[in-house]
Amino acid sequence: MNAALEVRKLCKSFGALKVADEIDFCLERGARHALIGPNGAGKTTFINMLTGRLRPSSGQMLLGGEDITELGQAARVKRGLGRTFQINTLFLKLPVIDNVALSVAEREGVAWRMFRAANAHRGVIDESMDLLQTLGLAEDARNSVARLPYGKQRLVEIAVALGLKPRVLLLDEPAAGVPSLESHRILEVLAALPGDIAILIIEHDMDLVFRFARRITVLAQGAILAEGAPAEIAENQRVREVYLGERHV
Amino acid sequence: MQDFLSSLVSVAFHGLAYGMILYVISVGLSVTMGLMGFANLAHGVFAMAGGYVMLTAINSQGAPFPLAVAGAFVAVALGSMVLERLLYARLYTAGELEQVLFTIGLIFMAVAVARLIYGALPQPVHLPEYMKGQLRFLGRDFPTYRVFLILFSIAIAALLWFGVERTRWGAMVRAAVDNRAMAQSVGVNTTRLFTLTFSLGSGLAALGGALGADIIAIQPTYPFEHLVYFLIVVAVGGLGTLRGPFVAALLIGVADTACKYWIPELGAFFIFAATIGILLWRPGGLYGRAAT
Amino acid sequence: MTHSGGYVADPRFRAIEWLPWLLALLCFFVAPSYLPLGSYVLTMIIFALSLDLVVGYAGIITLGHSAYFGAGAYIAGIFAARVSTEPLTGLAISTVGAGLLGLLTGVVILRTRGLALLMLTLAITSLCLEFANKATGWTGGADGLGGFAIQPILGLFKFDLFGKTAYLYCLVFLFASWWLVRRMVYSPFGASLTGIRENDVRMNAVGAPVYMRLVVSYTISAALAGLAGALLTQTTQYVGLKVLGFELSGELLVMLILGGIGRIYGAFVGPLVYLLAQDYLAKQFPEYWYFGIGMILVLVVMFVRGGILGIVDAGIAKWRGASA
Repeated sequence: MNAALEVRKLCKSFGALKVADEIDFCLERGARHALIGPNGAGKTTFINMLTGRLRPSSGQMLLGGEDITELGQAARVKRGLGRTFQINTLFLKLPVIDNVALSVAEREGVAWRMFRAANAHRGVIDESMDLLQTLGLAEDARNSVARLPYGKQRLVEIAVALGLKPRVLLLDEPAAGVPSLESHRILEVLAALPGDIAILIIEHDMDLVFRFARRITVLAQGAILAEGAPAEIAENQRVREVYLGERHV
Repeated sequence: MQDFLSSLVSVAFHGLAYGMILYVISVGLSVTMGLMGFANLAHGVFAMAGGYVMLTAINSQGAPFPLAVAGAFVAVALGSMVLERLLYARLYTAGELEQVLFTIGLIFMAVAVARLIYGALPQPVHLPEYMKGQLRFLGRDFPTYRVFLILFSIAIAALLWFGVERTRWGAMVRAAVDNRAMAQSVGVNTTRLFTLTFSLGSGLAALGGALGADIIAIQPTYPFEHLVYFLIVVAVGGLGTLRGPFVAALLIGVADTACKYWIPELGAFFIFAATIGILLWRPGGLYGRAAT
Repeated sequence: MTHSGGYVADPRFRAIEWLPWLLALLCFFVAPSYLPLGSYVLTMIIFALSLDLVVGYAGIITLGHSAYFGAGAYIAGIFAARVSTEPLTGLAISTVGAGLLGLLTGVVILRTRGLALLMLTLAITSLCLEFANKATGWTGGADGLGGFAIQPILGLFKFDLFGKTAYLYCLVFLFASWWLVRRMVYSPFGASLTGIRENDVRMNAVGAPVYMRLVVSYTISAALAGLAGALLTQTTQYVGLKVLGFELSGELLVMLILGGIGRIYGAFVGPLVYLLAQDYLAKQFPEYWYFGIGMILVLVVMFVRGGILGIVDAGIAKWRGASA
């Protein structure tokens, strides 16, 4: 049993529309896995089911061998499933460090404390600071997120997820909205992530996908079209038709 | 048995009249909240203003009843248009809290102005002679004025339904309720649409306030006291629909009248409890969209 | 000086934070004829603090907080009229009772958001008002409940005619409430409430039990509101229907906004300014008073979202900027 995250026959329909059709999927431990597919292929629905925001119609999800299909969002996070959002979902008015510290505090189970000052929780603050340091955000720690350029905000988004010390990390288009000149910074950060985290990335930036991923799954119309190493996917005729063909239209 | 039947008819009739007035007042609020996403707690101010305009026209100017009612509608619709352009429009994108506070501020001001001009007591209602009698129907007497209220309100509901379902304005409103950005991108001038709709809604509130002055007394505390009922109609009915507030207003009108008639010791208790129950069961209201 | 809490906020007391307490004590010695009004202001500050916790920090917009204030006030009154006039027991029971009501209603209504939540809070306080109005056997209905004489506190301090004991009694409990709220605001719990206010989707995604946390904050806040209500009943030895309903909730919200929301001391400044002004103006020119309040509210919303303290902060920042 070497899967960090496993999905069996996952289905989801909205009325007559099938957005997930018997998806079988496996994320190895320490994986660098990309999920690609044309718009409307069902990638975000898939992520939302994995994180528990959306209930599947049928099927099973296992995190580290444990069935999480019936668990809520918070329970999955507690078991090591972290995510980032395609559109920044941050505390814009709060300082950068608080964005991360709120996440660290939840993981450490200190967020219910009502009497000791947050400021006195050195462990939480130091850990958040270390994270910001590794992502090159240390100087901005006390600035509010709203003041940062969008590229840096994307990094904060990643930092918040890392604050959960996830075993599995789902990155929903981490480079979305970032000017291509700055996207290399995102790639650097991703490349430097600890090797024991299993990462599933959804991304439209093919350059980033092929440089980062060691395995690629292609989703089209709610079903898995192909899966394999980047080189295999690049050569796959059906993928080229469905996916690349669509891009050129 | 005969007595019970008689009181049943009476409760249903008066409940219906009260419900219809609630509908005419509240339907504009439902549209404002559904279309602009604006929590307008000051909606009752427009109803009160309508009542005052009509009663002043009748009591001190000697205007005929139909003219006074029409005057209430027009005056308040125009006044609210100014308010919308000057103040409301700036807060469409603001948070709920700001909208709530702003409209509470408006209520305070309106209450003060009303008390300054008219004093704290309810205004007397003088109906024209032809509205005063009773109509005989199926061997029973019904007050003419209430019969008129019910019929008139039904006509308004029908007109509204026609307006929203069958006219270009209605199509634009429906489009903007569904998806504002989309409506804008296909060329709907939402600014003008909002202004017109808002002023129509306020005008209707004024109409309801004026016509219902006999049922809901016109006094300075009006916007505070009856706000809960207007909001209940909107919340229970569901936002941005026409059918929702209609059904909700009738339910509330009849239930409230029935409660106060048969179990006065409970008062409005039942209505509030029922509202809480319905909103928990369906947070979006009876006819609202599932998600809120 | 905004006291927004969080992980980088320094929780230590600033010298200026002792100012309100000094002023309160000063008032005790200098202006004895104002003590009854002073007690009322102090209880309303506790009530405003409780509202600030849910509206300013947790971001729960409510029009029904008077339900808990009223519950505390009526429990204290009924307890005094029927069981015992011992003040501290009455206070404790009222606080717990209002807290329980907050828990019960919070569990139910905090599942909703937006208009539905707003409506539910309004419906709950209307329900309580109607209940108090109709349950005349217990509450005295529209006549209110009075005719009880509260015993001396701890058997030592008698409630005097001039309101001296009452004033200090309120002051002690305000101090305790303030200390509690301030600690909470600066705690990880407070930070997580701010997080929920700013972005609940994100809080869910980092695994925070958002709903539970809202319920807990709502319960604590309701208990504080109940404490304030009970203090009002005990110090005035009367409770009437005015402690319930939308008008009081609205008025309290106005006070909080006036002072500044989500900054602790807004809850001090707002009621003080509002109630003092009301004492002077409302009796002589009630219409102008309400008009003025409405006007100020509209202006605050349109132009100065931070309230009085927000203006002060902006002034200080400008002054520092100019001198730097």
